Amino acid sequence: MTLQSLDSFCNWLAATPFSQVLQTVGWIVPAVQTVHILAVAAVVSSALMLDLRLLGIRGKEQSIAATARRFLPFIWWPLPVLLATGALLITAEPARSLENPVFILKMGLLLTAAGITLACQVPLHKDAAFWELSAARKRVAKLIAAASIPLWVAIICAGRWIAYVQGT
Amino acid sequence: MLEQFLQGLQDTSIATAIREGESLFPWIECVHVLALTLVIGSIGIVDLRLVGLASRDRGVAQTTASVLPVTWTAFVLAAITGGLLFASNATTYGHNFYFQIKMALIALAGVNMAVYHLFLNSGADAWHTPAATPIRARIVGGVSLCLWIAIVAFGRWIGFTINTPT
Repeated sequence: MTLQSLDSFCNWLAATPFSQVLQTVGWIVPAVQTVHILAVAAVVSSALMLDLRLLGIRGKEQSIAATARRFLPFIWWPLPVLLATGALLITAEPARSLENPVFILKMGLLLTAAGITLACQVPLHKDAAFWELSAARKRVAKLIAAASIPLWVAIICAGRWIAYVQGT
Repeated sequence: MLEQFLQGLQDTSIATAIREGESLFPWIECVHVLALTLVIGSIGIVDLRLVGLASRDRGVAQTTASVLPVTWTAFVLAAITGGLLFASNATTYGHNFYFQIKMALIALAGVNMAVYHLFLNSGADAWHTPAATPIRARIVGGVSLCLWIAIVAFGRWIGFTINTPT
């Protein structure tokens, strides 16, 4: 999509009656942001607890597979909530995010974090002890965790910076 | 007295630097958001276990022990960054209704937690399953969840009721 057509899409979306409602009813945007932040809290805290287990820093009395079973639902299930509330926030002010390089960066980081989470999760489906079978695999698990933590930190920072960076 | 304190806080060099700097405020906000998501997410893990909705195969004591260091570290970080953000515009935040309620709710969450730890959690080592978790502990968990959700909401509303980017 060219920048011009993206711009006209943003203008069209902002002019829709639904977007107008989101713009004029004052409590909707902060309420949606509140739900968004609560869902972020669930995802990031669950990812951190799983990462700390992979690193061997916390919760070592529970196996990696059991820790993953415990926290992965709280990483994946808030995602539809995040996408829905995120879509509402975009609809309320399309150019603020869609034309914003930081928003594009955030989406890229999010896809990377999702991929890394899958890289930890998928092998566990085949073999619950997968990450604990050898020293080499334990090292890979630690690398996954060490990559995941800064990614989530960056996603949160990017999310906050959307408010401060102007669209192109 | 309070006015003088707020004005004095706002006039400190660090508050001035945050207020007048290009990017100091957003970066501190980033750390604040990161810290508060970890506070709420990790307290949520404990609360959901107390209520009996998650970590059902783990005891309360186990769950608390693995999570609370994360909670406290994140809380200290959230308090420091929150203090810095507050200082940058102390006279405005100090008079903001949503900020005042948010602080009151955090105090209430603290009281709720203190009451639990001082009076209600004797025998918690034996609360291995949700069925073995007494109703008083479930109530504490439920109250804590509600308070923290409200704290996030009031925190977000501060940004919409004072004149800074949202």
